[in-house]
Amino acid sequence: MSRFDLILYNARLVCPNTETISHGTLAISDGHIAAVGDNIPTESGVIRHDCDNQFLAPGIIDIGVKIGEPGERHKESFGSASRSAAAGGVTTIVTRPDTTPPIDNPETLKFFLQRAHADSIVRIKPIASLTKKRAGAEISEIRLLQDAGAVAFSDCDSPIRDTRVMARCLTYCNQHDALVIGHPQEPQLSKNAAATAGSFAALMGLPTVSSLAERIGLERDMALVEMTGASYHADQITTSAALPAIERALNDGLRVSAGTSIHHLTLNEYDIAGYRTFYKVKPPLRSESDRVATIHALSKGLISVISSMHTPQDEESKRLPFEAAASGAVALETLLPAALRLYHTDGLSLPSLFRALSLNPARLLGLEGGSLTVGTPADLVLFDPDVPFTLERAQLCSKSRNTPFDGQVLQGRVLQTFVDGKEIYRAKS
Amino acid sequence: MSASDILTILDLAETYAKLNRSKIKRASTLDGMTQVNMFFENSTRTQASFELAGKRLGADVMNLHVDSSSVGKGETLIDTAMTLNAMRPDLLVVRHPQSGAVDLLAQKVECSVVNAGDGRHEHPTQALLDALTIRRTKGKLEGLTVAICGDIKHSRVARSNLLLLAKLQNHVRMIGPRTLIPRVFEEFGVELFDDMEIGLHDVDIVMMLRLQEERMNGSFIPSTREYFHIYGLDEQKLAVAKPDAIVMHPGPMNRGVEIDGTLADDINRSVIQEQVEMGVAVRMAVLHLLAENKRPTPPPSNSASLLTEV
Repeated sequence: MSRFDLILYNARLVCPNTETISHGTLAISDGHIAAVGDNIPTESGVIRHDCDNQFLAPGIIDIGVKIGEPGERHKESFGSASRSAAAGGVTTIVTRPDTTPPIDNPETLKFFLQRAHADSIVRIKPIASLTKKRAGAEISEIRLLQDAGAVAFSDCDSPIRDTRVMARCLTYCNQHDALVIGHPQEPQLSKNAAATAGSFAALMGLPTVSSLAERIGLERDMALVEMTGASYHADQITTSAALPAIERALNDGLRVSAGTSIHHLTLNEYDIAGYRTFYKVKPPLRSESDRVATIHALSKGLISVISSMHTPQDEESKRLPFEAAASGAVALETLLPAALRLYHTDGLSLPSLFRALSLNPARLLGLEGGSLTVGTPADLVLFDPDVPFTLERAQLCSKSRNTPFDGQVLQGRVLQTFVDGKEIYRAKS
Repeated sequence: MSASDILTILDLAETYAKLNRSKIKRASTLDGMTQVNMFFENSTRTQASFELAGKRLGADVMNLHVDSSSVGKGETLIDTAMTLNAMRPDLLVVRHPQSGAVDLLAQKVECSVVNAGDGRHEHPTQALLDALTIRRTKGKLEGLTVAICGDIKHSRVARSNLLLLAKLQNHVRMIGPRTLIPRVFEEFGVELFDDMEIGLHDVDIVMMLRLQEERMNGSFIPSTREYFHIYGLDEQKLAVAKPDAIVMHPGPMNRGVEIDGTLADDINRSVIQEQVEMGVAVRMAVLHLLAENKRPTPPPSNSASLLTEV
């Protein structure tokens, strides 16, 4: 009997924890990484796979994915979302609770996980709602939801308006070591906004929100974290004005972290020209200087997580006047190719990129994985960062195809994706 | 109130506890005196307890239901007090939903005032009856480890008990959700615990508090079932306490919310019925002492508060 089940050799191993890329071999045994390095003995009877000198990295852990289940299965299901994830190198989907009904009680969560286990080919880790019905009034059953498998708590894009309720939620979650994921946004200012305030949106005549609404929401939440000692992750930081608040909180030793979305790293406000509703996301796309500041914050480590903020919307929800159209974009499949723009044009190294895509999300949620460490689950992505291709949205695995990258040239493709050492995706050659 | 004051009340209450178990439950200490129970907040057991205490001591007792009186017509608390004062009662027993209200009232009337609970501030006779129950069960009232569990934030019972127990050199712990336990209690030497299995370890006394209905589903705790899961006292959680630990509850209980019904009825563990019995005796002692020391006019405040005299 051989020690290994599968050996991936001739790979360039992207290690986010050591910030290195090294040529070598990775061996898998019993679904886990069993050995990594140069001199792994060749054994007979082991399946060996030549990686063709391509890049092997820990699978992406995507925080904040909307699945249409329950409630909007016509937009996305566990099956379609997980196939889409696999095609994008995402091996763990951390789901959002803004479903219909919301995931706000252990019974709904158990049903949700039962569906996930039946249909998903990637790992599903659920975020549960922070308040019942995401209404911002009553705390959800945090402890019972944790026992049922919730990894974090969030009301998604409806921030809790009542500061006292938010303070109690943070206090209660702190006691139970539960991570709160906030959506830093001043809700009144951002109400009904379709674009970020600025000269371009003014010419387009769209209802706007000041980019400072994000800072106002974040400053409040940072003060509440200081007051309660809770652990807090801001789902999307997208403006330069909000960054000092994060920096100050980190310097003060508060347990905070910030993420951002792939769209805010790669697109800007001008992309909504022509009222193209596939570019309508929440918060709205920002100015170019905000985008550059967000990338800078990512490379400095102020922002530590990149998410797809995958939000499937069917054609009917998008084929509407810009103001009336639904927000959100699908991105599980385009997350890595789009993120590679930061590697090609903004000087971010591949290990740094995978810190934000895999390692930091794993650490934030206390999940195994996120690195090529022996003993962790063999959730892996093999990719070619250089090959160019034109994205055709009809080719996406997602049930909804509302991608802003339709027709754009992207560089870098996923070749193979593994979960528990088993191949769940292989690109057509 | 000093430690010796407390013990004086408890000693006197012992004699009334004996009287209350005899066939003729009658004393003449308050003969000819008028006692008015003024309850600005609903209470069945405390009001009944004070009424019985007064009647057994021979006082004329009147219950004033303030809900249906002139307060509803817009009268201020002080005006109500002045009106009542003009009728020359001897003893006023007052419960009010706002902290400090009983003290304010006491400053305006000439008779003795007993605080039957003011807001979240104090409930002195509850602490005294708890002390008497503990002393009768444990044979002592010092050096004990007492865990007060539940909604400390809104509890006058917790505050009065903390003051009394600390004054008599007991160790006080508080256990409950952080949304309902102000962290600052640590500054008073209280040990705070999130977890019942740890907090109840080796305690002599477990004092459960009532969870008010308006706090059950909301921003303090998510639900009664999660609360019971974490903080509901049952055999299993109590198992880490001392084998002879007793369970107390000021009542009225929410079975299945803060306490398991079977445990509440366990006569080897629960002294909840004894607490009610001692309530009458302690209140008789308090009324007795106040009547005996009828103060000269004009009065300083003598609201029977533990806090104001610390």
